[in-house]
Amino acid sequence: MSAVAVRARPRRNAAASIWAGVRYHVLTVYSALFFLYLLLPIAVVILFSFNHPTGKFNYTWQGFTWDNWRYWNGVPGLQSAITLSLEIAILASIVATVLGTLIALALVRYGFRGRGATNILIFLPLSTPEIVLGASLLTLFLNLNVVFGFWTILIAHIMFCISFAVVTVKARLVGFDRHLEEAAMDLGANEWVTFQRVTLPLIAPAILSALLLCFAISVDDFVVTYFNSGSSITFPLFVWGAARIGAPPQVNVIGTAIFTIATIAMVTNVLIQNRRARTAAAAF
Amino acid sequence: MGYLHRHRQLTPYLLLAPGVLWLAVFFLVPLGFLAYQSLQSGNIDFGYAFTWAWGNYWNAIRDYRGHFIRSLEYAGIATLLALVLSYPVAYWIAFRGGRWKNLLLLLIVAPFFVTYLIRTLAWETILSDHGVVVNTLQHLHILAPGGRVLATSTAVVTGITYNFLPFMALPLYVSLEQIDHTLIEAAQDLYASKWKAFLRVTLPLSLPGLVAGTLLTFIPAAGDFINAQLLGSPNNHMIGNVIQSKFLELTDYPAAASMSFILMAAILVAVIVYARAVGTEQLTGTTV
Repeated sequence: MSAVAVRARPRRNAAASIWAGVRYHVLTVYSALFFLYLLLPIAVVILFSFNHPTGKFNYTWQGFTWDNWRYWNGVPGLQSAITLSLEIAILASIVATVLGTLIALALVRYGFRGRGATNILIFLPLSTPEIVLGASLLTLFLNLNVVFGFWTILIAHIMFCISFAVVTVKARLVGFDRHLEEAAMDLGANEWVTFQRVTLPLIAPAILSALLLCFAISVDDFVVTYFNSGSSITFPLFVWGAARIGAPPQVNVIGTAIFTIATIAMVTNVLIQNRRARTAAAAF
Repeated sequence: MGYLHRHRQLTPYLLLAPGVLWLAVFFLVPLGFLAYQSLQSGNIDFGYAFTWAWGNYWNAIRDYRGHFIRSLEYAGIATLLALVLSYPVAYWIAFRGGRWKNLLLLLIVAPFFVTYLIRTLAWETILSDHGVVVNTLQHLHILAPGGRVLATSTAVVTGITYNFLPFMALPLYVSLEQIDHTLIEAAQDLYASKWKAFLRVTLPLSLPGLVAGTLLTFIPAAGDFINAQLLGSPNNHMIGNVIQSKFLELTDYPAAASMSFILMAAILVAVIVYARAVGTEQLTGTTV
C-alpha cells in the first residue's frame, strides 16, 4: 500500500519476508477485528429495533417485526422527549457556537491581558467530570431557588458546549491567512465589511462543524441534564427511565434513526471535504 | 464601529464578554456554590446551614473509600485497555490508511452516533445471561454453568472501555499521523530493527497523543456512573453512583458536594502522578 511499508520489508531471505508479510497482515486483521468489536453494539441496536419482544425486556431475539418502526411513537412520553431534546439541542448549539466563535476570534486575533486565563477557563469544563459539572450547577440553581426545567437544561447545555465550539473554530482560525483580510482593508473595506465578506465565509466550515458537534453533544447528554432537568424529560432521560423497567424496542428505533442521520451527515461531510481538497489540489 | 476604531484594545474584551461571562456564571460560580454546600450541615427538612463542616469530607472518605478506590481502579484499567486496544488501530490507519483514512476515522467515532445510554444498553443485551457471549464462555468452561458476566466488574469495565474508546483512538491517530516518515526510515537506515525504530522513534513521537488520549479517557471514566448502574450490581457501584443518589434521591447535598470535590481532587492527584511519570511538557502541550 504505502511506500514506507514496501521499503521496510526486508529482502534478505524468504523466511524473513514471509514473517514480515504475516506481521503486516496481522495488523490489518487485528484492525478488522477491532472495527467489528466497535460496530457490534451498533449492529445489536439496529437488529433489536426489529425485535418482537414477548415480555417487557428486549434482550433476546423473539422474531422479526416492522411494528416498532410503524408505531415509533407508540410509547407514552417518547415523542415529547424527542421534541424537547431537539429544541434544546438546536437552541444550545446556536447560542454556544456564536459565543464560542467570538471567543475564538478574540483568542486567535488579539493579544490582550488575560489571554492565558481565558484559555484555562475554556479548557477547565472539558477536563471536569460531567458529574461535577452537573452537580455544581444543581447547587447553584437550588440555592437560588430556580425552577428546574427547560431553561435550566438549556443553560447547562450552552455551558458545556461553549468550550467545544471554541476549540473547533480556533483550530480553523489558527491556519487562517491574515493577508486576505489585510488586502480587503487595503482596498477600503472597514472591519465589519471585511469580517462579513472575507473572514466569515472562510471560517464558515468551522462554524458549521462547531454547530454540528454542539448539536450532537447536546442531544446525547445525559449526566448534566439528569442533574438539572427537574421533571422535564429529554430523550436520554427517557431511555434511562425506560431502562429501569425494560426499555421498549422503540428506543432502539430512535437510536437507529439518530445513528443513520448522523452517519449520512458525516459521510457527506467527509466526501465534500475530500472533493474540495482534490479541486484545491488541482487548482494549484 | 467608529467607537471600536478609537478603542481597538477593547475589541477582544467585547468579543470575549458574552461567552466568558456565561462560563463564569454557570461554571465557575457553581463550583463556588458546590464548595459552600460541601461545608454545610443540617438536613433537607430543617434546612442546611454553613458551619465549616469539614467533617463531611472525613465522613465521605471513611464511608465511601471503597467506592473512590473502585472508581479510580475501573477508570485506570479501562484507560489501559483502551490504549492497548486502540494503539495498533490508530497506527494502522495513520500509516496504512491511505485514501481511506477519513472513512476509517468515521468508523472509529461511529459509536458516538448512537446515544450513550442506548449503546450501553446494547452491551447489556450482548452480555445478558442467555446471550451469545455468556453461552460461549460457559461452553468453553471459562464461566461456570449459571455464571454471569452482567453484574460483575468485568461487565462494568467492558462498558467503560467501549464507551470512551474513541477519546483514546483519535488523539493517538492525530499524533501518529503527524510523524515524519523519513525519521523512521532514517532509524532503519542506521540499522535499527523495525521494532527498535518503533520503540525509539514512533512511540516517543506519539507520546502527546497518548497523554491526551489517556486523560480524555480517564477523567470522564472516573466520574461515570451509567456503566456501573446498567451493567453492574451494587457491588460494582462507583463514586459517581453515590454522588448521584445522594444528590437526587437522598437529597443529602453537603455529603454529595464534598464527595464531588474529593473525586476532583483524586483525579487531579492521579493526573499529577501520571504527569510526573511522562513529563510535564507533554501535559501542558495538550492543554493549549
